Amino acid sequence: MRPARLTNAQLNDAARTYSGPYRHYDIVKEVIVCSGIVTLLAVVLTIVFSSPDLPPSTIKSWSRSLPADFVTTALSELDGSSATAGYGPPYNHNGSGQHIAFIYLQKWLGVSHPVNTAQDYVIQPLRSVPDQPRLQAAVTSYITASAGTQAGWTAAYTKALAKATASGTALAVPPGSYGPVGTMMTALLADAQTGGLDGDLLTSRQFYQTDFTKALLFMADGSALDDRAQAQHLLGTQWGMMNETGSYPGQVWLWLYTFWYQISPFTSSPNADALVAVIMGVLSLGLIIVPFLPGVRDLPRWIPIYRLIWRDWYAGTGGSPPGEPDGSAPPAPAAPG
Amino acid sequence: MGALVNLNNSPYYVHLDFFKMSAANLVVIGLMLVVFALAVYLRAPGAKRARRPK
Amino acid sequence: MSSWTVKLREFGMRKLPPEQLLPDSQPAYMTSAVYLFGALTIGSLVVLLLSGTILALKGPTWWHVQGLGHFFNSIHLWAVELFFFFMVCHLWGKYWMAAWRGGRARVWMSGVVCFLVAIPCAFTGYLSQQNFDSQWIATQGKDGLNSLGVGAFFNPLNFGQMYSYHVFLLPLAVVTLVGGHILLVRRHGIVPPIPLSEGDSARPA
Repeated sequence: MRPARLTNAQLNDAARTYSGPYRHYDIVKEVIVCSGIVTLLAVVLTIVFSSPDLPPSTIKSWSRSLPADFVTTALSELDGSSATAGYGPPYNHNGSGQHIAFIYLQKWLGVSHPVNTAQDYVIQPLRSVPDQPRLQAAVTSYITASAGTQAGWTAAYTKALAKATASGTALAVPPGSYGPVGTMMTALLADAQTGGLDGDLLTSRQFYQTDFTKALLFMADGSALDDRAQAQHLLGTQWGMMNETGSYPGQVWLWLYTFWYQISPFTSSPNADALVAVIMGVLSLGLIIVPFLPGVRDLPRWIPIYRLIWRDWYAGTGGSPPGEPDGSAPPAPAAPG
Repeated sequence: MGALVNLNNSPYYVHLDFFKMSAANLVVIGLMLVVFALAVYLRAPGAKRARRPK
Repeated sequence: MSSWTVKLREFGMRKLPPEQLLPDSQPAYMTSAVYLFGALTIGSLVVLLLSGTILALKGPTWWHVQGLGHFFNSIHLWAVELFFFFMVCHLWGKYWMAAWRGGRARVWMSGVVCFLVAIPCAFTGYLSQQNFDSQWIATQGKDGLNSLGVGAFFNPLNFGQMYSYHVFLLPLAVVTLVGGHILLVRRHGIVPPIPLSEGDSARPA
Protein backbone atom coordinates (compact mmCIF):
# COMPACT_ATOMS: atom_id res chain seq x y z
CA MET A 1 0.00 0.00 0.00
CA ARG A 2 1.41 3.37 -0.92
CA PRO A 3 1.85 6.10 1.67
CA ALA A 4 -0.53 9.03 1.78
CA ARG A 5 0.74 12.19 0.10
CA LEU A 6 4.05 12.97 1.77
CA THR A 7 4.86 16.30 3.35
CA ASN A 8 7.87 18.25 2.17
CA ALA A 9 9.84 17.12 5.22
CA GLN A 10 8.93 13.48 4.57
CA LEU A 11 9.93 13.82 0.93
CA ASN A 12 13.31 15.15 2.00
CA ASP A 13 13.85 12.34 4.51
CA ALA A 14 12.89 9.72 1.94
CA ALA A 15 15.46 11.12 -0.50
CA ARG A 16 18.44 11.24 1.85
CA THR A 17 19.57 7.68 1.30
CA TYR A 18 19.22 4.99 -1.35
CA SER A 19 19.68 1.33 -0.71
CA GLY A 20 18.34 -0.11 -3.94
CA PRO A 21 20.12 -1.67 -6.92
CA TYR A 22 22.88 0.00 -8.93
CA ARG A 23 23.90 -0.38 -12.55
CA HIS A 24 27.21 -0.09 -14.29
CA TYR A 25 28.02 3.48 -15.33
CA ASP A 26 31.19 4.95 -16.85
CA ILE A 27 31.18 8.55 -15.72
CA VAL A 28 34.48 9.55 -17.35
CA LYS A 29 33.43 8.04 -20.67
CA GLU A 30 30.14 9.96 -20.42
CA VAL A 31 31.88 13.33 -20.06
CA ILE A 32 34.38 12.59 -22.83
CA VAL A 33 31.70 11.36 -25.22
CA CYS A 34 29.52 14.39 -24.43
CA SER A 35 32.48 16.71 -25.06
CA GLY A 36 32.95 14.97 -28.39
CA ILE A 37 29.26 15.39 -29.25
CA VAL A 38 29.35 19.10 -28.46
CA THR A 39 32.58 19.54 -30.42
CA LEU A 40 30.96 17.86 -33.41
CA LEU A 41 27.83 20.02 -33.10
CA ALA A 42 29.90 23.20 -32.82
CA VAL A 43 32.03 22.29 -35.85
CA VAL A 44 28.97 21.45 -37.96
CA LEU A 45 27.24 24.69 -36.96
CA THR A 46 30.44 26.59 -37.76
CA ILE A 47 30.79 25.04 -41.20
CA VAL A 48 27.12 25.60 -42.03
CA PHE A 49 26.56 29.06 -40.50
CA SER A 50 29.93 30.57 -39.51
CA SER A 51 29.54 33.64 -37.24
CA PRO A 52 28.74 37.32 -37.74
CA ASP A 53 31.38 40.03 -37.78
CA LEU A 54 29.97 43.41 -38.74
CA PRO A 55 32.86 45.90 -38.82
CA PRO A 56 32.77 48.55 -36.12
CA SER A 57 31.66 52.11 -36.71
CA THR A 58 34.34 54.76 -36.33
CA ILE A 59 34.06 58.48 -35.85
CA LYS A 60 35.65 58.76 -39.28
CA SER A 61 32.98 56.58 -40.93
CA TRP A 62 30.20 58.32 -39.00
CA SER A 63 31.32 61.83 -39.92
CA ARG A 64 31.75 60.86 -43.59
CA SER A 65 28.38 59.09 -43.99
CA LEU A 66 26.29 61.37 -41.73
CA PRO A 67 28.07 64.75 -41.61
CA ALA A 68 24.97 66.66 -40.47
CA ASP A 69 24.33 64.23 -37.65
CA PHE A 70 28.00 64.37 -36.61
CA VAL A 71 28.07 68.17 -36.43
CA THR A 72 24.71 68.28 -34.62
CA THR A 73 26.05 65.84 -32.05
CA ALA A 74 29.35 67.73 -31.69
CA LEU A 75 27.41 70.94 -31.11
CA SER A 76 25.33 69.26 -28.39
CA GLU A 77 28.56 68.13 -26.72
CA LEU A 78 29.85 71.71 -26.86
CA ASP A 79 26.72 73.30 -25.40
CA GLY A 80 26.16 70.53 -22.86
CA SER A 81 22.81 69.33 -24.18
CA SER A 82 23.92 65.83 -25.24
CA ALA A 83 22.92 62.66 -23.39
CA THR A 84 26.50 62.17 -22.16
CA ALA A 85 26.77 65.77 -20.99
CA GLY A 86 23.71 65.39 -18.78
CA TYR A 87 24.25 61.71 -17.87
CA GLY A 88 25.62 62.15 -14.36
CA PRO A 89 27.86 59.56 -12.68
CA PRO A 90 30.10 57.80 -13.57
CA TYR A 91 30.93 60.45 -16.24
CA ASN A 92 30.07 63.80 -14.64
CA HIS A 93 28.02 65.54 -11.96
CA ASN A 94 25.48 67.06 -14.37
CA GLY A 95 22.72 64.65 -13.38
CA SER A 96 21.84 62.47 -10.41
CA GLY A 97 21.29 59.34 -12.49
CA GLN A 98 18.70 56.67 -11.80
CA HIS A 99 17.36 55.76 -8.42
CA ILE A 100 14.91 53.50 -6.63
CA ALA A 101 13.01 55.42 -3.94
CA PHE A 102 15.69 57.09 -1.80
CA ILE A 103 18.50 54.83 -3.01
CA TYR A 104 20.74 56.68 -5.47
CA LEU A 105 23.45 54.10 -6.06
CA GLN A 106 24.47 55.64 -9.37
CA LYS A 107 25.07 58.98 -7.66
CA TRP A 108 26.60 57.54 -4.48
CA LEU A 109 29.24 55.48 -6.32
CA GLY A 110 30.48 58.73 -7.85
CA VAL A 111 32.29 59.93 -10.98
CA SER A 112 34.95 57.33 -11.75
CA HIS A 113 35.41 58.11 -15.45
CA PRO A 114 35.19 61.88 -15.88
CA VAL A 115 34.03 63.14 -19.27
CA ASN A 116 33.79 66.87 -19.94
CA THR A 117 31.98 66.80 -23.27
CA ALA A 118 32.85 70.34 -24.42
CA GLN A 119 36.54 69.93 -23.58
CA ASP A 120 36.99 66.28 -24.57
CA TYR A 121 35.02 66.24 -27.81
CA VAL A 122 35.51 69.74 -29.21
CA ILE A 123 38.00 72.09 -27.48
CA GLN A 124 40.94 69.73 -26.86
CA PRO A 125 40.79 68.01 -30.29
CA LEU A 126 40.69 71.41 -32.01
CA ARG A 127 43.57 72.64 -29.84
CA SER A 128 45.67 69.76 -31.13
CA VAL A 129 45.24 70.75 -34.80
CA PRO A 130 48.58 72.33 -35.88
CA ASP A 131 49.26 75.30 -38.15
CA GLN A 132 45.75 76.74 -38.07
CA PRO A 133 46.04 80.18 -36.43
CA ARG A 134 42.52 81.23 -37.51
CA LEU A 135 41.06 78.09 -35.93
CA GLN A 136 43.02 78.61 -32.71
CA ALA A 137 41.84 82.22 -32.58
CA ALA A 138 38.24 81.01 -33.02
CA VAL A 139 38.60 78.51 -30.19
CA THR A 140 40.11 81.17 -27.93
CA SER A 141 37.30 83.52 -28.83
CA TYR A 142 34.74 80.91 -27.88
CA ILE A 143 36.41 79.96 -24.60
CA THR A 144 36.76 83.54 -23.43
CA ALA A 145 33.17 84.55 -24.32
CA SER A 146 30.49 84.67 -21.64
CA ALA A 147 28.17 81.71 -21.13
CA GLY A 148 25.26 83.69 -22.54
CA THR A 149 27.17 84.59 -25.70
CA GLN A 150 28.28 81.01 -26.18
CA ALA A 151 24.67 79.81 -25.80
CA GLY A 152 23.51 82.32 -28.38
CA TRP A 153 26.08 81.16 -30.93
CA THR A 154 25.37 77.45 -30.44
CA ALA A 155 21.60 77.97 -30.53
CA ALA A 156 21.85 79.88 -33.81
CA TYR A 157 24.08 77.21 -35.35
CA THR A 158 21.74 74.44 -34.17
CA LYS A 159 18.85 76.18 -35.99
CA ALA A 160 20.95 76.56 -39.11
CA LEU A 161 21.93 72.89 -39.06
CA ALA A 162 18.27 71.97 -39.52
CA LYS A 163 18.52 73.64 -42.97
CA ALA A 164 22.00 72.35 -43.81
CA THR A 165 22.50 70.22 -46.91
CA ALA A 166 24.90 67.32 -47.11
CA SER A 167 26.60 66.43 -50.37
CA GLY A 168 28.71 63.36 -49.96
CA THR A 169 31.01 64.10 -47.04
CA ALA A 170 30.60 67.86 -47.34
CA LEU A 171 28.13 69.87 -45.29
CA ALA A 172 26.76 73.23 -46.42
CA VAL A 173 25.34 75.34 -43.59
CA PRO A 174 23.39 78.52 -44.49
CA PRO A 175 25.39 81.63 -43.65
CA GLY A 176 24.54 83.43 -40.40
CA SER A 177 25.86 84.92 -37.17
CA TYR A 178 27.38 82.03 -35.32
CA GLY A 179 30.51 83.69 -33.95
CA PRO A 180 33.45 81.27 -33.96
CA VAL A 181 31.22 78.18 -33.79
CA GLY A 182 30.96 77.83 -37.59
CA THR A 183 34.76 77.76 -37.98
CA MET A 184 35.11 75.33 -35.08
CA MET A 185 32.51 72.88 -36.39
CA THR A 186 33.93 72.97 -39.94
CA ALA A 187 37.41 72.19 -38.62
CA LEU A 188 36.13 69.45 -36.28
CA LEU A 189 34.26 67.79 -39.15
CA ALA A 190 37.39 67.84 -41.31
CA ASP A 191 39.46 66.40 -38.44
CA ALA A 192 36.90 63.64 -37.85
CA GLN A 193 36.68 62.76 -41.54
CA THR A 194 40.43 62.17 -41.74
CA GLY A 195 40.40 59.89 -38.69
CA GLY A 196 42.18 62.36 -36.44
CA LEU A 197 39.37 62.48 -33.88
CA ASP A 198 39.33 58.69 -33.44
CA GLY A 199 42.99 58.83 -32.44
CA ASP A 200 42.56 61.94 -30.26
CA LEU A 201 39.78 60.38 -28.20
CA LEU A 202 41.69 57.15 -27.66
CA THR A 203 45.19 58.36 -26.84
CA SER A 204 44.31 61.60 -25.08
CA ARG A 205 46.03 60.53 -21.85
CA GLN A 206 48.64 57.91 -22.79
CA PHE A 207 50.00 56.01 -25.77
CA TYR A 208 48.83 52.52 -24.85
CA GLN A 209 45.09 52.52 -24.43
CA THR A 210 42.32 49.98 -24.36
CA ASP A 211 39.59 52.26 -23.01
CA PHE A 212 37.16 53.33 -25.72
CA THR A 213 34.74 55.10 -23.36
CA LYS A 214 35.03 58.58 -24.84
CA ALA A 215 34.77 57.52 -28.47
CA LEU A 216 31.83 55.18 -27.81
CA LEU A 217 29.90 57.71 -25.73
CA PHE A 218 30.37 60.29 -28.49
CA MET A 219 29.08 57.92 -31.19
CA ALA A 220 26.21 56.78 -28.98
CA ASP A 221 25.07 60.42 -28.64
CA GLY A 222 24.56 60.55 -32.41
CA SER A 223 22.62 58.37 -34.83
CA ALA A 224 25.39 56.25 -36.34
CA LEU A 225 25.10 53.34 -33.92
CA ASP A 226 21.32 53.70 -33.55
CA ASP A 227 20.69 53.53 -37.30
CA ARG A 228 22.79 50.39 -37.70
CA ALA A 229 21.20 48.83 -34.62
CA GLN A 230 17.70 49.47 -35.91
CA ALA A 231 18.57 47.82 -39.22
CA GLN A 232 19.86 44.79 -37.27
CA HIS A 233 16.87 44.71 -34.90
CA LEU A 234 18.98 45.40 -31.85
CA LEU A 235 16.97 48.28 -30.38
CA GLY A 236 15.33 47.87 -26.99
CA THR A 237 11.88 48.22 -28.56
CA GLN A 238 12.81 45.38 -30.90
CA TRP A 239 13.71 43.04 -27.97
CA GLY A 240 17.23 43.74 -29.14
CA MET A 241 18.97 42.61 -25.95
CA MET A 242 18.49 38.97 -26.92
CA ASN A 243 19.22 39.44 -30.63
CA GLU A 244 22.35 39.01 -32.72
CA THR A 245 23.20 40.81 -35.93
CA GLY A 246 21.83 39.22 -39.08
CA SER A 247 19.72 36.08 -38.66
CA TYR A 248 21.94 34.46 -36.02
CA PRO A 249 20.51 33.38 -32.66
CA GLY A 250 21.51 35.75 -29.91
CA GLN A 251 21.56 35.79 -26.13
CA VAL A 252 18.27 33.94 -25.81
CA TRP A 253 18.74 33.59 -22.04
CA LEU A 254 18.15 37.34 -21.69
CA TRP A 255 14.50 37.00 -22.77
CA LEU A 256 13.08 37.85 -19.35
CA TYR A 257 15.49 40.75 -18.84
CA THR A 258 14.40 42.42 -22.09
CA PHE A 259 10.71 41.52 -21.56
CA TRP A 260 10.30 44.06 -18.76
CA TYR A 261 11.36 46.91 -21.05
CA GLN A 262 8.40 46.16 -23.33
CA ILE A 263 5.67 46.75 -20.74
CA SER A 264 4.45 49.63 -18.65
CA PRO A 265 5.72 51.32 -16.52
CA PHE A 266 9.21 50.43 -17.72
CA THR A 267 8.59 51.67 -21.26
CA SER A 268 8.53 55.28 -20.05
CA SER A 269 10.14 55.32 -16.62
CA PRO A 270 13.36 57.37 -16.29
CA ASN A 271 14.53 54.74 -13.77
CA ALA A 272 13.67 51.75 -15.95
CA ASP A 273 17.21 50.33 -15.98
CA ALA A 274 17.49 50.36 -12.19
CA LEU A 275 14.00 48.94 -11.70
CA VAL A 276 14.50 46.11 -14.19
CA ALA A 277 17.90 45.27 -12.72
CA VAL A 278 16.42 45.03 -9.23
CA ILE A 279 13.48 42.93 -10.41
CA MET A 280 15.85 40.51 -12.14
CA GLY A 281 18.03 40.45 -9.04
CA VAL A 282 15.04 39.49 -6.90
CA LEU A 283 13.91 36.82 -9.37
CA SER A 284 17.45 35.44 -9.57
CA LEU A 285 17.56 35.20 -5.79
CA GLY A 286 14.18 33.48 -5.96
CA LEU A 287 15.58 30.93 -8.41
CA ILE A 288 18.49 30.23 -6.07
CA ILE A 289 16.20 29.58 -3.08
CA VAL A 290 13.58 27.50 -4.90
CA PRO A 291 14.09 24.56 -2.47
CA PHE A 292 12.80 26.77 0.33
CA LEU A 293 9.84 28.39 -1.46
CA PRO A 294 6.51 26.68 -0.71
CA GLY A 295 4.45 26.33 -3.84
CA VAL A 296 7.36 26.75 -6.22
CA ARG A 297 9.12 23.69 -4.76
CA ASP A 298 5.83 21.75 -4.87
CA LEU A 299 5.04 22.40 -8.53
CA PRO A 300 7.02 19.35 -9.75
CA ARG A 301 4.66 17.15 -7.73
CA TRP A 302 1.55 18.88 -9.00
CA ILE A 303 2.69 18.67 -12.64
CA PRO A 304 4.19 15.17 -12.52
CA ILE A 305 6.68 15.20 -15.38
CA TYR A 306 8.80 13.10 -13.00
CA ARG A 307 6.47 10.17 -13.63
CA LEU A 308 7.60 10.18 -17.25
CA ILE A 309 11.27 10.56 -16.36
CA TRP A 310 11.22 7.66 -13.86
CA ARG A 311 8.49 5.59 -15.51
CA ASP A 312 10.76 2.55 -15.85
CA TRP A 313 11.57 2.67 -12.16
CA TYR A 314 7.94 3.02 -11.12
CA ALA A 315 6.89 0.14 -13.38
CA GLY A 316 9.55 -2.02 -11.78
CA THR A 317 8.93 -1.05 -8.14
CA GLY A 318 5.18 -0.33 -8.22
CA GLY A 319 5.92 3.25 -7.20
CA SER A 320 7.17 2.64 -3.62
CA PRO A 321 10.27 4.38 -2.28
CA PRO A 322 13.51 2.73 -3.49
CA GLY A 323 14.27 -0.50 -1.66
CA GLU A 324 10.78 -0.73 -0.12
CA PRO A 325 8.53 -2.65 -2.49
CA ASP A 326 6.00 -3.35 0.25
CA GLY A 327 6.06 0.15 1.79
CA SER A 328 7.66 -1.06 5.05
CA ALA A 329 10.19 0.96 7.10
CA PRO A 330 13.34 1.86 5.18
CA PRO A 331 16.45 -0.29 5.67
CA ALA A 332 19.61 1.09 7.31
CA PRO A 333 21.05 4.02 5.37
CA ALA A 334 23.74 3.20 2.82
CA ALA A 335 26.31 5.57 1.35
CA PRO A 336 25.04 7.26 -1.82
CA GLY A 337 26.62 6.05 -5.08
CA MET B 1 34.91 33.06 -43.74
CA GLY B 2 32.51 31.38 -46.13
CA ALA B 3 29.48 29.68 -44.70
CA LEU B 4 27.21 27.20 -46.44
CA VAL B 5 24.17 29.17 -45.32
CA ASN B 6 24.45 32.95 -45.16
CA LEU B 7 22.81 34.30 -42.01
CA ASN B 8 24.19 37.82 -42.49
CA ASN B 9 20.93 39.06 -43.94
CA SER B 10 17.86 40.85 -42.74
CA PRO B 11 16.26 38.59 -40.15
CA TYR B 12 12.69 37.35 -40.15
CA TYR B 13 10.65 38.32 -37.10
CA VAL B 14 7.50 37.09 -35.39
CA HIS B 15 5.50 40.13 -34.27
CA LEU B 16 2.42 39.84 -32.04
CA ASP B 17 1.36 42.99 -30.19
CA PHE B 18 4.42 43.93 -28.13
CA PHE B 19 5.99 40.48 -28.49
CA LYS B 20 8.71 40.54 -31.13
CA MET B 21 11.22 37.73 -31.48
CA SER B 22 13.61 36.76 -34.22
CA ALA B 23 13.02 33.51 -36.05
CA ALA B 24 16.50 32.34 -35.03
CA ASN B 25 15.78 32.78 -31.33
CA LEU B 26 12.37 31.14 -31.66
CA VAL B 27 14.02 28.17 -33.38
CA VAL B 28 16.47 27.85 -30.47
CA ILE B 29 13.68 27.98 -27.88
CA GLY B 30 11.56 25.57 -29.88
CA LEU B 31 14.50 23.17 -30.22
CA MET B 32 15.09 23.31 -26.48
CA LEU B 33 11.51 22.29 -25.80
CA VAL B 34 11.64 19.52 -28.39
CA VAL B 35 15.00 18.20 -27.17
CA PHE B 36 13.82 18.27 -23.55
CA ALA B 37 10.60 16.46 -24.41
CA LEU B 38 12.57 13.84 -26.36
CA ALA B 39 14.98 13.39 -23.48
CA VAL B 40 12.09 12.81 -21.07
CA TYR B 41 10.73 10.16 -23.42
CA LEU B 42 14.01 8.44 -24.34
CA ARG B 43 16.38 6.30 -22.30
CA ALA B 44 20.06 7.12 -21.89
CA PRO B 45 22.39 4.98 -24.04
CA GLY B 46 23.14 1.70 -22.31
CA ALA B 47 20.27 2.05 -19.84
CA LYS B 48 17.86 -0.84 -19.57
CA ARG B 49 14.50 -0.90 -17.85
CA ALA B 50 15.26 -0.58 -14.09
CA ARG B 51 15.03 -3.97 -12.43
CA ARG B 52 12.67 -4.62 -9.55
CA PRO B 53 14.74 -4.56 -6.34
CA LYS B 54 15.10 -7.87 -4.44
CA MET C 1 52.34 18.28 15.92
CA SER C 2 49.52 17.17 13.57
CA SER C 3 50.07 17.60 9.86
CA TRP C 4 47.84 20.03 7.91
CA THR C 5 48.41 17.88 4.86
CA VAL C 6 47.16 14.76 6.65
CA LYS C 7 44.19 16.67 8.06
CA LEU C 8 43.25 17.98 4.61
CA ARG C 9 43.66 14.55 3.05
CA GLU C 10 41.59 12.87 5.74
CA PHE C 11 38.92 15.55 5.43
CA GLY C 12 38.74 14.98 1.67
CA MET C 13 38.65 11.21 2.04
CA ARG C 14 35.91 11.46 4.66
CA LYS C 15 33.71 13.80 2.63
CA LEU C 16 34.33 12.25 -0.76
CA PRO C 17 36.10 8.87 -0.90
CA PRO C 18 37.58 8.03 -4.33
CA GLU C 19 34.90 5.45 -5.15
CA GLN C 20 32.30 8.11 -4.54
CA LEU C 21 34.21 10.82 -6.43
CA LEU C 22 34.62 8.59 -9.48
CA PRO C 23 32.06 5.83 -9.15
CA ASP C 24 31.67 3.08 -11.74
CA SER C 25 28.01 2.55 -10.96
CA GLN C 26 24.90 4.67 -10.55
CA PRO C 27 21.48 3.95 -9.03
CA ALA C 28 19.29 1.79 -11.23
CA TYR C 29 16.70 4.56 -11.59
CA MET C 30 19.15 6.57 -13.67
CA THR C 31 17.80 5.51 -17.06
CA SER C 32 16.33 8.64 -18.61
CA ALA C 33 18.15 10.63 -21.29
CA VAL C 34 17.42 13.73 -19.16
CA TYR C 35 20.43 12.73 -17.07
CA LEU C 36 22.71 13.50 -20.03
CA PHE C 37 22.11 17.26 -19.98
CA GLY C 38 24.56 17.86 -17.13
CA ALA C 39 27.37 16.07 -18.94
CA LEU C 40 26.48 17.86 -22.19
CA THR C 41 26.74 21.18 -20.35
CA ILE C 42 30.17 20.19 -19.02
CA GLY C 43 31.13 19.11 -22.55
CA SER C 44 30.09 22.53 -23.86
CA LEU C 45 32.20 24.20 -21.17
CA VAL C 46 35.17 22.07 -22.23
CA VAL C 47 34.75 23.18 -25.86
CA LEU C 48 34.42 26.79 -24.71
CA LEU C 49 37.63 26.58 -22.67
CA LEU C 50 39.60 24.91 -25.48
CA SER C 51 38.38 27.23 -28.27
CA GLY C 52 38.75 30.20 -25.95
CA THR C 53 42.33 29.22 -25.18
CA ILE C 54 43.16 29.09 -28.89
CA LEU C 55 41.59 32.51 -29.42
CA ALA C 56 43.49 33.91 -26.42
CA LEU C 57 46.79 32.51 -27.73
CA LYS C 58 46.46 34.56 -30.92
CA GLY C 59 44.96 37.71 -29.39
CA PRO C 60 41.66 39.53 -29.88
CA THR C 61 42.28 40.75 -33.43
CA TRP C 62 43.17 37.40 -35.00
CA TRP C 63 39.66 36.31 -35.88
CA HIS C 64 38.98 39.47 -37.86
CA VAL C 65 41.94 39.02 -40.19
CA GLN C 66 42.46 35.26 -40.54
CA GLY C 67 40.00 32.65 -41.78
CA LEU C 68 41.28 30.11 -39.25
CA GLY C 69 40.72 32.65 -36.51
CA HIS C 70 37.17 33.21 -37.67
CA PHE C 71 36.67 29.43 -37.68
CA PHE C 72 37.67 29.14 -34.01
CA ASN C 73 35.63 32.22 -33.13
CA SER C 74 32.59 30.58 -34.72
CA ILE C 75 33.19 27.40 -32.73
CA HIS C 76 33.45 29.48 -29.56
CA LEU C 77 30.21 31.36 -30.36
CA TRP C 78 28.21 28.20 -31.18
CA ALA C 79 29.61 26.53 -28.08
CA VAL C 80 28.13 29.41 -26.06
CA GLU C 81 24.71 28.74 -27.59
CA LEU C 82 25.09 25.01 -26.89
CA PHE C 83 26.30 25.68 -23.33
CA PHE C 84 23.22 27.69 -22.43
CA PHE C 85 20.98 25.35 -24.43
CA PHE C 86 22.06 22.26 -22.48
CA MET C 87 22.34 24.12 -19.17
CA VAL C 88 18.73 25.32 -19.37
CA CYS C 89 17.54 21.82 -20.33
CA HIS C 90 19.55 20.52 -17.33
CA LEU C 91 17.89 23.13 -15.10
CA TRP C 92 14.42 22.16 -16.39
CA GLY C 93 15.16 18.47 -15.77
CA LYS C 94 16.42 19.05 -12.26
CA TYR C 95 13.46 21.29 -11.44
CA TRP C 96 10.82 18.78 -12.57
CA MET C 97 12.68 16.08 -10.65
CA ALA C 98 12.71 18.32 -7.55
CA ALA C 99 16.38 17.45 -7.36
CA TRP C 100 16.96 19.54 -4.23
CA ARG C 101 15.31 16.87 -2.05
CA GLY C 102 17.16 14.91 0.58
CA GLY C 103 19.65 17.55 1.68
CA ARG C 104 20.58 18.55 -1.88
CA ALA C 105 19.54 22.22 -1.61
CA ARG C 106 23.18 23.31 -1.99
CA VAL C 107 23.46 21.32 -5.18
CA TRP C 108 20.51 23.22 -6.68
CA MET C 109 21.70 26.57 -5.35
CA SER C 110 25.26 26.15 -6.61
CA GLY C 111 23.90 25.15 -10.00
CA VAL C 112 21.79 28.32 -10.27
CA VAL C 113 24.79 30.42 -9.23
CA CYS C 114 26.79 28.76 -12.04
CA PHE C 115 24.07 29.88 -14.47
CA LEU C 116 23.99 33.41 -13.08
CA VAL C 117 27.79 33.82 -13.25
CA ALA C 118 27.89 32.38 -16.77
CA ILE C 119 25.68 35.25 -17.96
CA PRO C 120 28.19 38.06 -17.26
CA CYS C 121 30.91 35.76 -18.59
CA ALA C 122 29.02 35.60 -21.89
CA PHE C 123 28.30 39.36 -21.68
CA THR C 124 32.01 40.19 -21.44
CA GLY C 125 32.63 37.84 -24.34
CA TYR C 126 30.20 39.73 -26.54
CA LEU C 127 31.96 42.94 -25.44
CA SER C 128 35.35 41.51 -26.46
CA GLN C 129 34.42 40.96 -30.10
CA GLN C 130 35.74 44.37 -31.23
CA ASN C 131 33.05 44.75 -33.89
CA PHE C 132 29.76 46.65 -34.27
CA ASP C 133 27.91 44.17 -32.06
CA SER C 134 30.29 44.83 -29.18
CA GLN C 135 29.99 48.60 -29.68
CA TRP C 136 26.20 48.40 -29.45
CA ILE C 137 26.12 46.01 -26.52
CA ALA C 138 28.62 48.19 -24.63
CA THR C 139 26.75 51.46 -25.19
CA GLN C 140 23.42 49.86 -24.25
CA GLY C 141 24.62 47.64 -21.43
CA LYS C 142 26.33 50.55 -19.70
CA ASP C 143 22.95 52.05 -18.72
CA GLY C 144 21.80 49.02 -16.77
CA LEU C 145 25.15 48.77 -14.96
CA ASN C 146 25.45 52.52 -14.33
CA SER C 147 21.90 52.68 -12.92
CA LEU C 148 23.05 50.61 -9.92
CA GLY C 149 26.46 52.25 -9.65
CA VAL C 150 28.25 49.16 -10.98
CA GLY C 151 29.63 51.26 -13.85
CA ALA C 152 31.86 53.03 -11.35
CA PHE C 153 34.15 49.98 -11.25
CA PHE C 154 33.04 47.77 -14.16
CA ASN C 155 33.08 49.73 -17.42
CA PRO C 156 31.67 47.89 -20.46
CA LEU C 157 33.16 50.58 -22.71
CA ASN C 158 36.66 49.68 -21.52
CA PHE C 159 37.72 46.90 -23.86
CA GLY C 160 40.85 46.04 -21.89
CA GLN C 161 38.94 45.54 -18.67
CA MET C 162 36.18 43.51 -20.32
CA TYR C 163 38.69 41.31 -22.14
CA SER C 164 40.51 40.62 -18.86
CA TYR C 165 37.27 39.67 -17.16
CA HIS C 166 36.29 37.44 -20.06
CA VAL C 167 39.58 35.64 -20.66
CA PHE C 168 40.56 35.07 -17.04
CA LEU C 169 38.44 36.26 -14.12
CA LEU C 170 34.99 35.05 -15.08
CA PRO C 171 36.06 31.71 -16.62
CA LEU C 172 37.95 31.08 -13.37
CA ALA C 173 34.77 31.83 -11.45
CA VAL C 174 32.64 29.63 -13.70
CA VAL C 175 35.07 26.69 -13.59
CA THR C 176 35.41 26.96 -9.80
CA LEU C 177 31.64 27.08 -9.32
CA VAL C 178 30.99 24.23 -11.76
CA GLY C 179 33.70 22.19 -10.03
CA GLY C 180 32.10 22.82 -6.66
CA HIS C 181 28.69 21.94 -8.04
CA ILE C 182 29.98 18.63 -9.43
CA LEU C 183 31.68 17.76 -6.13
CA LEU C 184 28.40 18.39 -4.32
CA VAL C 185 26.58 16.13 -6.79
CA ARG C 186 29.12 13.39 -6.17
CA ARG C 187 28.92 13.90 -2.41
CA HIS C 188 25.13 13.61 -2.21
CA GLY C 189 24.50 11.31 -5.13
CA ILE C 190 21.75 11.81 -7.69
CA VAL C 191 18.33 12.30 -6.14
CA PRO C 192 16.06 9.24 -5.84
CA PRO C 193 12.68 9.29 -7.59
CA ILE C 194 9.76 11.03 -5.93
CA PRO C 195 7.70 8.32 -4.20
CA LEU C 196 4.29 7.84 -5.75
CA SER C 197 1.52 8.62 -3.26
CA GLU C 198 -1.86 7.01 -2.57
CA GLY C 199 -4.09 7.34 -5.60
CA ASP C 200 -1.21 7.55 -8.07
CA SER C 201 -0.78 4.75 -10.58
CA ALA C 202 2.63 3.29 -11.35
CA ARG C 203 2.07 3.97 -15.03
CA PRO C 204 2.16 7.58 -16.17
CA ALA C 205 -1.20 8.86 -17.45
